[in-house]
Amino acid sequence: MPLGILSVDRLCIEYNALEVLSDLSFDVQPGDYVGLVGPNGSGKSTLIKSFLGLIRPSKGSVSVFGSCPAELKEWRRIGYLPQKMPSFNPHFPSTVREIVALGLLAGKCFPKRLKKSDAAAVDRVLELMNITGLADTLIGDLSGGQQQRVFIARALINEPELLILDEPTTALDPETRESFFGLLRDLNREKNTTVLLVTHDLGTIGEYATKLLYIDKKIIFYGSFEDFCVSDSMAQYFGTSSQHIICHKHH
Amino acid sequence: MDIIEFFGYGFIQRALIAGSFIALLCSTLGVLLVLRRLSLIGDGLAHVTFGSVALGLVFRVYPLALSIPVVVASSLGILKLTERARIYGDAAIGMVSSLGIAAGVLLASVAGGFNVDLFGYLFGNILAVSEAEVVTAIALSLLVLLIVYFYFHEIFSITFDEEFAKASGINTARINAILVMLTGVTVVLTMKVVGIMLTSALLILPAVTSFQVARSFRSTIIIAAVFSLLSVISGIFLAFVLNLPAGASIVLLNFLFFIAAFAWRNLRGKRNSS
Repeated sequence: MPLGILSVDRLCIEYNALEVLSDLSFDVQPGDYVGLVGPNGSGKSTLIKSFLGLIRPSKGSVSVFGSCPAELKEWRRIGYLPQKMPSFNPHFPSTVREIVALGLLAGKCFPKRLKKSDAAAVDRVLELMNITGLADTLIGDLSGGQQQRVFIARALINEPELLILDEPTTALDPETRESFFGLLRDLNREKNTTVLLVTHDLGTIGEYATKLLYIDKKIIFYGSFEDFCVSDSMAQYFGTSSQHIICHKHH
Repeated sequence: MDIIEFFGYGFIQRALIAGSFIALLCSTLGVLLVLRRLSLIGDGLAHVTFGSVALGLVFRVYPLALSIPVVVASSLGILKLTERARIYGDAAIGMVSSLGIAAGVLLASVAGGFNVDLFGYLFGNILAVSEAEVVTAIALSLLVLLIVYFYFHEIFSITFDEEFAKASGINTARINAILVMLTGVTVVLTMKVVGIMLTSALLILPAVTSFQVARSFRSTIIIAAVFSLLSVISGIFLAFVLNLPAGASIVLLNFLFFIAAFAWRNLRGKRNSS
């Protein structure tokens, strides 16, 4: 098997001597579309934060593009959409264009300056997210759904090879949500972008993702949806009807 | 008195030059600090400056030279306390701030009580700034502004969303350390303009005034700088003409600018909604 774009080996993470993640090992291959699912407090966000170097493992290791996150240089290969910021200041005096452009800093060396040519990249991604008309609007003047589209644009601006999205559709209306998932599917199929999507929506993830990573502090299931849907142990874990609900949208 | 006569005095020229550079410095850092909810770090570090000035006066060392390393070290102390001691920034600022005041009072007491020198540092006197202090203010202001210029986008990214900034490969620990150290240097310089007691006003007021009217991050920085410069220049003018304390005049003018900007924003809002 080729080296994963993302490799996790016997990962353990503890907070105040309390184990949040226990002995996780898995690989994500280029072009995978992984739905990361689990109940509240199962460690989903902690897991993706360890990929980004935001949290250090207590034991085990994480490797992203062959490097440990602390030594990773090519951050522009990763697009990240955090969960809605708890400390988000709605009065922050910044335009949509300025915020989206921040995504470009990942690919720059010191001194990280934005060039005039970067404006074209910003325009392109604003158009992709259908928010060109909001370019010069202050972020605080937007609705929750519009703000989320701005943050998605910021994550996509470098055309990353790996997209890590933490509950990206919480603030989106159904129409925008559908078009966002359509965009992810196109990026995954046409550009071979690897997608890791954190969600607690087990009912719909099968419609989009090709693989399921179900965790509850440890790995409950990791594999293709096809395998999940015929797994007796998963039928036992979730109950046959729940397994059916998870699988019925997967084609 | 005509305006040419006003600008003709050497002490006015020195006050205007030093005051303008420090005003630019305060407004730029002020925007970043207020947005990061670290507004009161200026106040806390100013109190540390009080302690270091007292130390300088006791040991007859030039207070500015002693204050810069002490205040910069304290700013890093605040940062480390928030990172390592599991306490919030406001508590860390409060701890370091009270330590500075306590040390100042103790040292002043040991030295035989408060004297005129210490009072001058508490309330500042930009009109009494020396040539050497002007040169120091220009050099340090240029250094701080240059560092802010080179790290501007990283500081902006961290200010808006620290987690995303870190996930973009930005060394947030280093940038945070740079930001608080620059704040330390700025607070020491500001002491001469408005005094220890009013330092945080020069950091906070131009920033919050700018927030009322600015329509982008870039314009926020520029408008804050304009208000800050205006307040310092007109404050010095008023202080000279009406024989008022310069520091207090500058701060009160800043507050008037805030009221005007706030009223203008509300009027504009009402006009847009009608």
